[in-house]
Amino acid sequence: MSKVIYKRPRYLKPNIFHYCPGCGHSIIHRLIAEVLEELDIGEKAICVPPAGCAVLAYNYIDVDMGEAPHGRAAAVATGIKRMLPDRVVFTYQGDGDIAAIGTAEIIHAANRGERITAIFVNNGVYGMTGGQMAPTTLPGQISTTTPSGRDLRRDGPPLDLSEMLAIARGSVYIERTAVNSPKNIRNTKRAVEKAFKVQLADLGFSLVEILSQCPTNWKMTPQDSLKHIDNVVTKFYPLKVIKDETGL
Amino acid sequence: MSEKVLMRGTHVIGEAAIRAGCRFYAGYPITPQNELTEYMAAQMARYPGRVFIQAESELSAINMVIGASMAGARAMTSSSSPGISLKQEGISYLAGQELPAVIVNTVRGGPGLGNIAPTQGDYFQATRGGGHGDYRTIVLAPYSGQELADLTVKAFEYADRYRNPVMILADGMMGQMMEPVVLPEPIDPVTLPKGDYILDGAKGRPSRLVKSLYLDPPVMEEHNWKLFRKYQQIAREITTWEDFMIEDAKLVIVAYGTCARIAKGAIRRLREMDLKVGMLRPITLYPFPSKPMKELTLKVKSFLVIELSTGQMLEDVRLAVEGRAKVHFYGRPGGVVPTPDEIAKHTNLIYHRQGLEGEDYE
Amino acid sequence: MTKKMIFAGFGGQGVLMMGYLLALSAMRDGKNVTYLPAYGAEVRGGTANCTVVVSDEEIYSPVASSPDYVVVMNKPSLKKYEGTIAPGGILFINSSLVDIEPNRTDIQALKIPVNELAKEVGSDRAINMIMLGAFVEKTGLTSLDSLEASLRYVTKGKEKFMEINKKGLIKGSEFVKRS
Ligand SMILES: Cc1ncc(C[n+]2csc(CCOP(=O)(O)OP(=O)(O)O)c2C)c(N)n1
Repeated sequence: MSKVIYKRPRYLKPNIFHYCPGCGHSIIHRLIAEVLEELDIGEKAICVPPAGCAVLAYNYIDVDMGEAPHGRAAAVATGIKRMLPDRVVFTYQGDGDIAAIGTAEIIHAANRGERITAIFVNNGVYGMTGGQMAPTTLPGQISTTTPSGRDLRRDGPPLDLSEMLAIARGSVYIERTAVNSPKNIRNTKRAVEKAFKVQLADLGFSLVEILSQCPTNWKMTPQDSLKHIDNVVTKFYPLKVIKDETGL
Repeated sequence: MSEKVLMRGTHVIGEAAIRAGCRFYAGYPITPQNELTEYMAAQMARYPGRVFIQAESELSAINMVIGASMAGARAMTSSSSPGISLKQEGISYLAGQELPAVIVNTVRGGPGLGNIAPTQGDYFQATRGGGHGDYRTIVLAPYSGQELADLTVKAFEYADRYRNPVMILADGMMGQMMEPVVLPEPIDPVTLPKGDYILDGAKGRPSRLVKSLYLDPPVMEEHNWKLFRKYQQIAREITTWEDFMIEDAKLVIVAYGTCARIAKGAIRRLREMDLKVGMLRPITLYPFPSKPMKELTLKVKSFLVIELSTGQMLEDVRLAVEGRAKVHFYGRPGGVVPTPDEIAKHTNLIYHRQGLEGEDYE
Repeated sequence: MTKKMIFAGFGGQGVLMMGYLLALSAMRDGKNVTYLPAYGAEVRGGTANCTVVVSDEEIYSPVASSPDYVVVMNKPSLKKYEGTIAPGGILFINSSLVDIEPNRTDIQALKIPVNELAKEVGSDRAINMIMLGAFVEKTGLTSLDSLEASLRYVTKGKEKFMEINKKGLIKGSEFVKRS
């Protein structure tokens, strides 16, 4: 008798990912699809994808999707969730989307304790527009708009959005994870699952910040980009539970 | 029919929206429309399942409306000119995603911070799209308390019927003024049909997508033509205007909103002086009543556009008459509202300068 | 018949209530009405005013550039509106606070010492109703009965309120009848 050791999750469409080789988005999509299936919430999930590399997330994740303008996902999700309080509503946002243009929306959604979940993919650059500096670009990091490296005097230091959101009284669960190793991937899946459970239990706002590799814009091989997360990125953005007031 | 009530314009809009089955309202404070936001804050709470949110900005408010609309609710936001500028991004998305929503603009003076007096300086912004892309917003221009109520109900109907954003263009005077109004009969939102596009979880059906992204140019082109055909249909089906003393008119005033009201006062005076002046009052600014205006040029050779601006609707009138009649203009921007006497005086001047009165004796 | 009128004074004198109650009563009498309060920057500095139009016909402009009646509850309002009144119009002056004489001779001026009359009624809060009672007695735009019914509708029958305000209306009306 044979045993199934791999199958496509029910909420992942059978399409070939358009992402660059080594990109973290495809891993994260799959994790979300797995969690939706395991919690059996795919039929009541509504996802708000961003403008960003994941703008085409609807080609892969097979749930209802409503596209938001760049940065406004948290506001759009608020409108959906308030009209359909028993559904599971989540945003999927890049670091530019959530931590630059969409800061006002996410801070206030968190502070209101919107019963939504934000999946915040931090790859340290504006991927879709070609690798410009993001609010999360590391000091000295080269991007197309910081050709000689991020200059703290000129550009300021990277923004700790998750820590900021943890201060907001309406947020209850915020964790930073990564998808650069099997162990970290498993941990990310656990965190995403917990974030959805927080929403299902009507506890408050939840967010998982996922450090994700962008070999293309980091100008690295996929292997080096995985190591870069361990050696450099996590030194700045440590993997940890930033806030947990869930009692779960 | 229910009895007449004496209500402030902003409250009329709010109450009519609630009776039209509005289930979601998001707003952000700005004068002169705060009473509408406050009315919704107080009243929406009285109905189970209806939501009021004071958003962190107009940008957030319109995006919350996008979300609520995706979820299938009749949704509304309101603001005044500077806040409407911020909403333009969202309005463009609503148009592109073909989502219904109602946006109320209580227009104030501009550009910039301007003032809070009644003007009509946002005509271009409202009728030309305002946001980016090849789209149109349906624009309704009430001119009385009763029309505030009736057109608010219509706004929700049109938004749903055409899956398009609808803007109500009012001003501070209309918003503050109280007039006797017969309110519409309440609709229970659960009785409204559910669109086949709404996002409520893919249970027992394929997952749905609401989007405005079409990366492939031929596909985007077809989407644009589809929207265009819809706008043509809208023009055929809902173009609305009022003819006032037009049968024997030799000079026709074109004005909307507050301005039209005051112009009517002027026309009454002019008629007492035996001047044959009438008015065509656009009620839908988009679609604009170009056809009746053009037809009118068969017998009327002189038009006078009156606006609380330096001349915006003027361009639509010129386009409509296609050079077949002379188009004059009288504008009072900045929040100055002319008196009926001032309008009468100005109209009188044009009437005689044109030799209209003498024509019969030639 | 179309009559346009302005009620003006300090905030807190119940000026807007006067205009609103008149408009409401006239509407309930079957007339067309508009009520337009001044708003925003116009009302800063503690002044308040509103414009009411009552008509048998459709009302076009809710604004009164030359009102038939003006009620001034304080001195600045007299200065602001005296010149705008249509010839033959009536100016109602709160003579308790306005100690200057109007200049116009082509209008009728009626002085009502509302603050003194309010003492007789037993409440300072009745000053607007005293003025309104006088106004309606003089202009005949609506009736005291109608005002009272509207008052009941507005106060939702709060008896304490009703009593004082009703007394005020009667006081003002009697003052005009006597003079
Ligand atoms: C108002 C607006 N400004 C700019 C853009 C262009 N834009 C699209 S995605 C994006 C940033 C993407 O970066 P990020 O959010 O970090 O996501 P990533 O692509 O890296 O996953 C920008 C600036 C836009 N779509 N809308």
